[in-house]
Parts: sequence; C-alpha cells; structure tokens
Amino acid sequence: MTAIDMPAPRAKSRFWRKFRRNRAALVGGVIVAFFVLLAVAAPILPIADPLATSWTAIRLAPSAEYWLGSDEIGRDILSRMIWGAQASLMAGVISVAIAVVTGVPIGLIAGYFGGWTDTIISRFTDALLAMPFLIMAIALAAFLGPSLTNAMIAIGLSAMPIFIRLTRAQVMSVKTEDYVEGARAIGLGHMAIMGRYILPNITPPIIVQATLTIATAIIAEASLSFLGLGQQAPAPSWGSMLNVAKNFLTQAPWMAWWPGAAIFLVVIGFNLIGDALRDALDPREH
Amino acid sequence: MLIYIAKRLLVALPTLLIVSMLVFGLQMLLPGDPVLAMAGEDRDPETLARIRAQLNLDDPVPVQYLRWLGGVVQGDFGTSLRTGQPVSELILQKLPVTIQLAVMAMIFAALIGIPAGIIAAVRKGGVLDWTANIVALSGLSIPNFWLGIMLILLVSVNLGWLPASGYESIFVDPVRSLETMIMPAFVLGTGLAATLMRHTRSSMLGVLSADYIRTARAKGLTGRQVVLKHSFRNALLPVITLSALLFGELLAGAVLTEQIFTIPGFGKLIVDAVFNRDYAVVQGVVLCTAVGFLLMNLIADVVSVLLNPRMRAAL
Repeated sequence: MTAIDMPAPRAKSRFWRKFRRNRAALVGGVIVAFFVLLAVAAPILPIADPLATSWTAIRLAPSAEYWLGSDEIGRDILSRMIWGAQASLMAGVISVAIAVVTGVPIGLIAGYFGGWTDTIISRFTDALLAMPFLIMAIALAAFLGPSLTNAMIAIGLSAMPIFIRLTRAQVMSVKTEDYVEGARAIGLGHMAIMGRYILPNITPPIIVQATLTIATAIIAEASLSFLGLGQQAPAPSWGSMLNVAKNFLTQAPWMAWWPGAAIFLVVIGFNLIGDALRDALDPREH
Repeated sequence: MLIYIAKRLLVALPTLLIVSMLVFGLQMLLPGDPVLAMAGEDRDPETLARIRAQLNLDDPVPVQYLRWLGGVVQGDFGTSLRTGQPVSELILQKLPVTIQLAVMAMIFAALIGIPAGIIAAVRKGGVLDWTANIVALSGLSIPNFWLGIMLILLVSVNLGWLPASGYESIFVDPVRSLETMIMPAFVLGTGLAATLMRHTRSSMLGVLSADYIRTARAKGLTGRQVVLKHSFRNALLPVITLSALLFGELLAGAVLTEQIFTIPGFGKLIVDAVFNRDYAVVQGVVLCTAVGFLLMNLIADVVSVLLNPRMRAAL
C-alpha cells in the first residue's frame, strides 16, 4: 500500500474520465457489485436457513439439491456462503471506516500544525507501523476477546497508521497552496481551513487507499475467523468455514473450495478497483 | 558509515519506547479484572494471588511499566503462564524455525518475482506483461491459508508427493526438512513474489526510459546487455530495500502458514498463546516482531547507502 499523488482540482474530471474507461475497474466493479447484491439480498433469497442442520445430509457433494454441497453437520454451503458474504463485506467496510475515521483527523492535525504535534504523532505512527498488520490485529483481538465486532475494531486500529501517514503527507503538500494561504489571510479558523479547504482536496488518494485497504481487511477478517478470533460459530463467515473445512479435506474437499474462491474473487475485485483508481491518479499515466 | 548507523539507531529509540508502551498497554484492554481474564477457568484464590504477585498488579501502572521494561531490556519478557518457561526461552526456541521458513519464502519470492518483473517491463504492453500482471494481482489477492489448504489437497492428499504437515530441523535431517518446508515456503512466498514483481517492473520501467540507457543502446549494445548490465543493476536497489521491508509481512504471513502446516514456529507460538490466554507470550512475540521490523528497516537503509554511490558520497 503506497501513498498516491493528489490531482490538481482541474484534473479531477480527467481522473474520473480515465477511471471510467478502465476495463479492469469495470471487471472489479461487477465482481464487487455481485457480492454486495448477494449479501444485501440474503434475507429475501429462496435459500435454506444457514444454521439449519440435517443429520441425513452430512458432507454431501454438490448436487441439484445442495448446489455447493453440505458441511459436516448437514448445513447448506450455498446458504452459508451467501450469509457469510455479509460478514466479510461488513468487516471489510466497517474496519476501514474505523481506520479512516480515526486516522484521517490525526493525520490532518499532524500535517497541518506540524512542530511538536507532528513529531509526537509521527513517532506514535512509526511505532504502530513497526508492528505487522496481522500480528497487531491478532494481539488486539486476543486481548479484546474473540468476536466479529472485536475483529473489526482490531483490523481498523491496525490499519489506522496507514491513513495517518497518508493524510499527513497529503496535507503537507496542500497546506502551502495559494488557496489555503488565501483562506488564512481572510481570517478563517484552523477547523474551517482544514474542513473546507484541505480535506476536500486530499480526499481522492484517501479513497484509493481505502479501497485497497478494504481488500486487505477482508483477508484479515477471514484470517482472524480462520484462527477462531473473528466470527464465532454457528454464525457463518468465509474464514471460519475454511477453518472447519481444513479438518475434512479428504472426505469433503468442496467445503474448502467455495469460501476460499469467494474471498479470492471479492479481494481481487477491490484490488482491481483500487489499482484503476491509483492509475487514474498517477500523473505518469496521463 | 558507523556514525550513520549510530544516528539511525538513536532515531529508532523513541519509536521502540513507544512500541514498548503500546505492547505493555495491551493488557489494559482486557475487560474487567486482568487477573481473572488471565486465570481463565481457574478461579482458585491461590492462583489469582500468584498471578497478581507475579505481575505486580497492585503497583501503579507507570511503576508496573518501568519494572516490565527493565526486565525486557535485560531479555526478561516474563514467564509463560501455561508452561512456566521464560518467554524469551520460548521465543528463542521457535524463532529459528520461522527464520528458515521466511528465508525459503524469500528465495521463492525472489526467484519468481524479480525475473517476472524484468520480463514484464521489457515486454511492456505485450502478452507476457499482461500475464505477469494478472498473476501478480492474483498472488496479492489469494488468501495464503486457502492456497495452503488447496496445495495440501492437491500435492499431499491427491498426489502424495510431499508431507502435509510436520517439521524437521535443517541441521538434523536436511532432506526431510526441505520436504516439509517447500510447500509452506511457496505459500508464504506467493504474495511476496507478487509484490516484488510489481516493484521490479515499475523500477525497471523507470530505469529503461533513462538517458543513459538510450546512450547505451545508441552505442550499439545488445538488448540483453542493456537489460542485465545497465538497467537491472540500477533497478535492483529499490527492490532490495523493499525485500528488507517485507520482513513484517513475512512474519504476519507465517502465523497462518505455520498454523496450516503445523510448523512449530513463531507464528504458531502466538496463536497458541492467544488461545491459552498466555498474554506474556503474546506481548513478547509482538515486541520481538516490532524490534525485528525496525532492525530490518535499519538494514534496508544501510544497504541502500552501501549500494548507491550518490547516497554514500552524501554521508
């Protein structure tokens, strides 16, 4: 995950035009839209109860009745996959929202005020970045207790320093622009300058980073659930489904195929959109 | 150079201090009485009193922190609540296993990622570039624990070529050690190979459009000479720096890889500690990882200076 150069305001229309023309973005958009639709429509789709067990349908291979097969206690894998999409997408979006809501204001303050404030925040950010993302998330989830909510908080807090650093760097390059100096000259307060003049101009690279971080967060949630630190049984999540599936590789390999393929597809979707957004912002590509 | 290294170490000190505060602060996140949380099911008053005394929990927090930090500086990370072993001893036992896995993963990543990046840059816009980019994107998007499970299914269960789990030290039985580690190292190296490929490609593209490459071509050098002798050597610098910085990613990936392949390393240590509520071990592992990451950062900086004559001259 790298910092991205911000376009000048007049380049914004060119940015969006370039983004819309990118075929990879379209593919990514279709994949993500498909999974979002499935997740949202889960309650109204004519599928089995994801928690309903059946002792006559234990580890059945994919068939006309069970399209993706059934699991070790006879639950319908298709239904659990669709409901699991809710957990994965929600975890991706909410944990990134936590990272953005906490990281952007801190980065804004560090970049705008500079001096000691910046030094202290930067050292704090360096320290957080020294702890690898997943290890930090595992440690936080361990201390907070295993649950999907705590996993989202852990992932969000672990991703926060990326946004602090990115926002700080963007603010540093924007705060010397003429329009910011102008706003200062007419006597606007710090909050007004940051909110009305700086923040809108640093939003595009933050959106790019957020898109790429959603992909990372979805894998992180699946990893935590795989380790038993995320979504708890019997609620479905792709990571926890894989955790169970690894114990039945020889008897029911299909239990491992679908959740992994779904994580792979949705992550590639977000990565394609993020890459296309980044390319559209890259001045070398114009 | 020594002065440069000393300066960089001095800069890293405040960061290390904050890391230590954060790691110590983790135990404040435990809901309710931390002693009850640490004791788990065992609510025996004697056990509770022992843990309370062991952690000096009756002292003010700053005093607790300073005492803990004093121990850490001397290599004392506390004692495992489960095994009663010193945490530093446990870490030293497990670390070589993970280092072997990480080194093998890095070799895989470099062997796949760097040549793929060079070919993609030289054939920019062509089929090979397109293919390399798709493969790299897939490598970045595939959850490595799923890749591990699928490989076990294919290579171990269906084909029976390699063992699905286990570990043997390379110093005891090198052949068996390589057999057990090849698949985990490949799984761990996939994401890194993708990252290395992307950076090598980007770095090569930057160098290939430089004036001195145009001059080399104008002098009549062959394509191979231009790519390998002039472009690659200059493009390699940011890639080497990046490789050192990927250390953190390697350790994080090792947590899951070791779990899938039942490798008794650093990653498995932290996961087992989490489930045994062995918080001293969790803190010790996180702290060691952060120190290792900062150390690799320092090495990356020093290597950059050593390899780049312009940076060396500026010292």
